[in-house]
Amino acid sequence: MVAHLTSTKNLSVTLRVWRQPATDQPGRFVDYAAKDLNPNMSFLEMLDVVNYGLEAKGEDPIAFAHDCREGICGTCSLVINGKPHGPHKGIATCQTYMRSFADGDVIVVEPFRAKPFPILKDLICNRSAFDAIQQAGGFITVRAGSACDANAIPVPKDEADLAMDAAQCIGCGACVAACKNASAMLFVSAKVGHLGLLPQGQAERDSRVLNMVAKMDELGFGNCTNQYECSAACPKLISQDFIARMNRDYIAASFRQAFKPKSNASGGGA
Amino acid sequence: MAILDSKIPSGPLADKWRKHKTDIKLVNPANKRKYHVVVVGAGLAGASSAASLADLGYQVTCIVFHDSPRRAHSIAAQGGINAAKNYQNDGDSVYRLFYDTIKGGDYRARESNVHRLAEVSVNIIDQCAALGVPFAREYGGLLANRSFGGAQVSRTFYARGQTGQQLLLGAYSSLSRCVGQGTVKLVTQNEMSDLVVVDGQAKGVITRDLVTGKLNRFAADAVILATGGYGNVFNLSTYARGSNVTASWRAYKRGACFANPCFTQIHPTCIPVSGDYQSKLTLMSESLRNDGRIWVPKNKADVKKAPADIAESDRDYFLERIYPSFGNLAPRDVASRAAKRMCDEGRGVGETGLGVYLDFAEAIQRYGKQAAARANLHDVSAAKVLELGEAAVAERYGNLFDIYKEITDESAYKQPMRIYPAVHYTMGGLWVDYNLMSNVPGLFVLGEANFSDHGANRLGASALMQGLADGFFVIPYTIGDYLAAQKPGSRPSADRAEFAAAEANVEGLVKKLMAIKGKEPVAFYHKKLGKIMWNQCGMARTKEGLNQGIADIQALKKDFWSNVNVPGSAENLNQALEKALRVADFIELGELMCRDALTREESCGGHFREEYQHADGECLRDDVNFAHVAAWEFQGEDKVPLRNIEPLNYETVKMSMRSYK
Repeated sequence: MVAHLTSTKNLSVTLRVWRQPATDQPGRFVDYAAKDLNPNMSFLEMLDVVNYGLEAKGEDPIAFAHDCREGICGTCSLVINGKPHGPHKGIATCQTYMRSFADGDVIVVEPFRAKPFPILKDLICNRSAFDAIQQAGGFITVRAGSACDANAIPVPKDEADLAMDAAQCIGCGACVAACKNASAMLFVSAKVGHLGLLPQGQAERDSRVLNMVAKMDELGFGNCTNQYECSAACPKLISQDFIARMNRDYIAASFRQAFKPKSNASGGGA
Repeated sequence: MAILDSKIPSGPLADKWRKHKTDIKLVNPANKRKYHVVVVGAGLAGASSAASLADLGYQVTCIVFHDSPRRAHSIAAQGGINAAKNYQNDGDSVYRLFYDTIKGGDYRARESNVHRLAEVSVNIIDQCAALGVPFAREYGGLLANRSFGGAQVSRTFYARGQTGQQLLLGAYSSLSRCVGQGTVKLVTQNEMSDLVVVDGQAKGVITRDLVTGKLNRFAADAVILATGGYGNVFNLSTYARGSNVTASWRAYKRGACFANPCFTQIHPTCIPVSGDYQSKLTLMSESLRNDGRIWVPKNKADVKKAPADIAESDRDYFLERIYPSFGNLAPRDVASRAAKRMCDEGRGVGETGLGVYLDFAEAIQRYGKQAAARANLHDVSAAKVLELGEAAVAERYGNLFDIYKEITDESAYKQPMRIYPAVHYTMGGLWVDYNLMSNVPGLFVLGEANFSDHGANRLGASALMQGLADGFFVIPYTIGDYLAAQKPGSRPSADRAEFAAAEANVEGLVKKLMAIKGKEPVAFYHKKLGKIMWNQCGMARTKEGLNQGIADIQALKKDFWSNVNVPGSAENLNQALEKALRVADFIELGELMCRDALTREESCGGHFREEYQHADGECLRDDVNFAHVAAWEFQGEDKVPLRNIEPLNYETVKMSMRSYK
């Protein structure tokens, strides 16, 4: 309907989809024919069309996670032909369009796979482990109403920009899914980097990195072996440099923690 | 008939909030921990209120249907957040932000609420900067601003094109801190399916666990809904696919009034519809109108030509022409309608003729020359200017241009974007008083879910402001006024009959849906509803169309309840069932919206009745008969709801013809 869109002709593909009824049940691949697709359709819209057909037949539709469909909420989480978020760099599954595929392609669709992300159903996994890491230290403690004027603390533009680069993380978990060790280092380092680069984040800088890393380890995420598949899979192209930055922060914080004098102050008073 | 006591404090407008804060009741710290507040939703309003109330010492449970509170749809807001900081020294003030918002809402919002919003706007920026929100900054390290529609000052703070994301992550980080410290109990993947009312007061909710299908009861001393807007009633909108009206709708059915449901915002700059399969529309931020110029060909004969082949003199920059003082930054309703008029005249572009150009060529030249001058480059080639200009535009709007490219396969650096209006926000919502409490005592409604601040049209960059204002700076004070009157420990037990009845209600609804086993998928009905709503209750509405809409929706409802097919089981993760429960509520809401639009016999803001317009096509308001809030009260299934009225008394601003010319 839109004039300037690439007008190639419609395509048909075979989907090889991971179907798994529940966490504790075995899964398997099932083939579905997706026919006569407009190439300007998004990958998720293609799944909508397939599901429409399944539902019309009274069959259980393919469960997949999605929400904003514009690459910002981090809900969508498919591995397409072995790649988290599909064939293109720097975008999420929901921003992948059928024009990226050829007529007759067989497309393998799987959920993100990692031990800390158990599969709930079909293509949906549980990523609440990321929330648990955030809860361990991914914040600056400020009670509403206690902040000083926003311009009282200048932030050099370069550092604000770098913090923003890290803060763009959409928490999708593609970094974990792409890593052979299921490491969450890119995710955690993005949080640590974002808050640690800002003057407002200094008071809790040490406790933040120590607590978040401890929680990450506790939840069963693996170690980083510097292959940087995480950055390559990241829909926001967050740089692996943040991992190096976090490692430096972690070492410094560990030393300071070990030698820090502790106050004996106790509560109470007049 | 519901009692609508707005509880607006007396006294001069500018003193009302300060005075109210000193007048309302407080809850002492030892008692705060005895009260349990359930917050439904964790977008800006939900997360900020849950964290603030927990920090005050209340027991808080936060319930979200997403797998993580960080997914709430506030995250998709792009352009920015307004605040009357006047950091630009360009004449901004609390009064001016208040006035712009009131005027922007076409004099259909409450003065007192809007003034309070403008007052606390400055605190929001302080709070968010302290939370580590990486706002855009100038080279000196201070905060940067940009301009937004409906204002003649630069008061919009932003974080690239991802302001909503960064603010939400800020609020989410506060919420996460509280969850980690055990002061907020977080319940994810649970959808609020009913409100529990005990002795006329909101005392709990029933949720459905979306993974196990189990129904859960939560007893509370007060319930906060921060569940967002209902634009998905149109099926195609800029909302996330999961955004829904269910929590608000179930509260409505338990007695909470639904105010101005027909007030819908149609955002002018979205990527046009491309096909029947489409699941959502994507917004191109209003911030683009800082630099983009909107035009259509002057001559109908040119609409199919490539834009580059249309001479400058044959282009109609219609917003600049019709609204010279605001130009491309005319408010959303005004800009949307103007674009529609151009397309109705046959001057729309693109294959469907439903599109206008948003052109950055001039901005690229301007920024390119500035960058060359800053770099001390003289006699630079045109190609170099273009390169520098494109880089400067990329720094401001790069992610938006990328999104545009992904969707349309076109580069907006090389040719103008094509845009068209789309459903983006709902100003209507559950009725609340000055304390943000609905007419059901104990039920508070925050953010987009309430109706209070934007009147008939919301200005850009004001939704984020309202969400955080309500959550960080209003509810922490006003909830105390209600709770102080509740005896500590008087919270009803979840074993009471009212909880059992509400749970049985939800169970019945689920069973009924699962048992139909008809022919059509849920999406069939959602698409049909969306088409009815867009055609009859969209950008232009008529008496005949709205009557037709009501009849069509009633027929659709009947068909839905006899022919929908929800496969699978209700005892596990079932996305078809989730959708069915939501669409069932949207169908009923759609009818109410048409009814509201039908009975509001005037045009104002986003509500445009073709029968009521000035000769130039602008809204013709009727302040004598319609300067009021219409708050609809449920009267029973398939019964016509009751239209209650809250008069709008303007004490400070004079209601006048809204002009941006």
